[in-house]
Amino acid sequence: MTAYGIAIRQGFEYLMTRYPNVFAIGQGLWSPWYVGNSMTDLDTQFGRDRVIDTPVSELGCTGAALGAALCGYRPVVIHPRIDFMLLAVDQIVTQAAKWRPMFGGQVSVPLTVRGIVNRGGEQGAQHSQALHSWFAHVPGLRVAMPATARDARDLLVASVLCDDPVVYIDDRWLYGVDEELGPVTELDLRKEGPRLVREGRDLTLVGAGYSAHLCRQAAERLASDGISCAVIDLRVINPLDLEPVVSSVARTGRLLAVDGDWSSCGLAGEVIAGVSEALEPGRLKARPARITLPPAPAPTSGPLERLYYATLDDVVQRAHGMLGTQQETG
Amino acid sequence: MAARHKAPEEVASAELGGLADAGNCHDAVVVPAGDTAWLLDALQRMILIRAAEEQIGDMVTQGRVRCPCHLAIGQEAAAVGVAVHVRPGDRLFGAHRSHAHFLALGGSVHRLLAEVQGKHTGASRGMGGSMHLLDLEHGLYGTVPIVGATIPIAVGAGLAAKLDGRGGLAVSFFGDGATEEGVFHEAMNLAATLKTPVLFACENNFFSSHLHITLRQPRDSVCRYAEAHCVPWQRVDGNDVAAVAHATERAFAAIRAGGGPQFLEMVTYRWRGHVGPSEDEDVGVKRKDDLAVWKGRDPIRRLADALMDGGRLSEAELEHLWAAARDQVRAAWDQASQDPYPPAEALLQTVYAPTT
Repeated sequence: MTAYGIAIRQGFEYLMTRYPNVFAIGQGLWSPWYVGNSMTDLDTQFGRDRVIDTPVSELGCTGAALGAALCGYRPVVIHPRIDFMLLAVDQIVTQAAKWRPMFGGQVSVPLTVRGIVNRGGEQGAQHSQALHSWFAHVPGLRVAMPATARDARDLLVASVLCDDPVVYIDDRWLYGVDEELGPVTELDLRKEGPRLVREGRDLTLVGAGYSAHLCRQAAERLASDGISCAVIDLRVINPLDLEPVVSSVARTGRLLAVDGDWSSCGLAGEVIAGVSEALEPGRLKARPARITLPPAPAPTSGPLERLYYATLDDVVQRAHGMLGTQQETG
Repeated sequence: MAARHKAPEEVASAELGGLADAGNCHDAVVVPAGDTAWLLDALQRMILIRAAEEQIGDMVTQGRVRCPCHLAIGQEAAAVGVAVHVRPGDRLFGAHRSHAHFLALGGSVHRLLAEVQGKHTGASRGMGGSMHLLDLEHGLYGTVPIVGATIPIAVGAGLAAKLDGRGGLAVSFFGDGATEEGVFHEAMNLAATLKTPVLFACENNFFSSHLHITLRQPRDSVCRYAEAHCVPWQRVDGNDVAAVAHATERAFAAIRAGGGPQFLEMVTYRWRGHVGPSEDEDVGVKRKDDLAVWKGRDPIRRLADALMDGGRLSEAELEHLWAAARDQVRAAWDQASQDPYPPAEALLQTVYAPTT
């Protein structure tokens, strides 16, 4: 079995072994604790010219990675927390996403910006944000959110081999999730998108990253309560192909979108809007629903933090509510 | 009157000294003996830039160019002096005021004039306009108007050149205003730490938009930032193409030898407004009195005078250079005016890499 964090490291190892034009740059890459176990000892394995630990300069380092991407390299710039990655937004949103269209399609920007969601543990408002919806808003960026160990590895490889700028977002809460992994499959990210990971009749659960993981677990629990849930792992949220979600909801008639981010102008709302636009009136058996963060910054105090993040129980309970069924107790 | 400023080695990194005085440096520049060919080429290139910029300015006035155009009239020597020593494989980046960089590197006048008209034959296929220029063939890897944005990108291109190990380098053109952006300092520190082969080429034209540098910074020279970041610096009269070229040659030699980044401050003056063709005389506090005097530091006239003084150029030949440049610009404009706009499909087809 290979865990998600180790799978990311395997992705890096695969890339750096086979592609001499791949390098990694970012804060903490020579340290054992910035990026969990996802890049351990890559610097000693591939050299510190290719695994570059940097000054505390998110914007400058992201720009430098973009510059190298224009010159034949496939860099990965790593931001150990998305909160700090916001300092690099100009280079991601206004530079990387724009250079191909703005120059008439004459340049490629094969840049991967890896942002890590690292929350919980009473870290509070500035060490906990997700914000994937911000980046999914921007044409020109691709946004990948792996929920499984296999995707953590293979979507990383696909992101780096893609000729477009990709924001790859992994989640520290998933680092222990493991599975048997075969050899790396080189996927074409342009052809990857939402995947139906579980078929079901009664309700469609949709999420990305850690939320997709919650949806899977909830579907298992609900199955033992006699409820059949389809689960869709969105995987790539920009450009977002909602066809698999629409098809599933056309069958189940019920949609619950789960997102570990705020509700306003967010991913869960986008999923519900897209499905609502695509389905004929009357196809839904229940009002679509979403589970998101409360509209407040992440608290530090333990009891408040336990209220803040949606849990497996929250998803299961909401599903029962939508179906008018009772949760098995005991 | 001879320049009153001291040699760069003797001058403090924080003060421009005599270079800041509008009345200084009006004489013919001092040109090396023997090197007539490149000086004539530099003169021709500066005249072409001036003619193209004047045409663009006139067309903005007439409403035939609509995109924001930031003209570098008066700053031609900075672009051309650096370009003289660029080699194939070097990568250069500019900003919002980069028509001169585009042409100095050998870019096609037609492609520039087509781009400012939004034509499909333009440098950026009609998708960029004046502020977003690309000419990979001549080493111009991109110009953008977000102030300071290409500075770290140039450092990354330098990092790529270092990883390539073939002696290439990157150049970042930016203005004095960009030194007020945090990313400039991030990029300088990163380049100095990683020893990336990059030239920070700052055109200090005294203005950021409407505001004179004395109203934006406590000192008027930006070399002090290079000193703080341990990047070797030179300051030159940016309206002296021979001085710019000489300083660039020194900087490039040190960079190509593996010495890491270099910084070059080129002191110049913007004749037109921040954007558009007007001379902007009413904007800012110092400009109205100074502009006429500053025009005495015209980089084109000063080089032409030097070449004529030395008998290397006649009045008739100079007139011919101007006439030929204006003809070239007019023909390029006429051709670009007939060219097609980008097809509607370009809107969506250029956003992501094509699926093949």
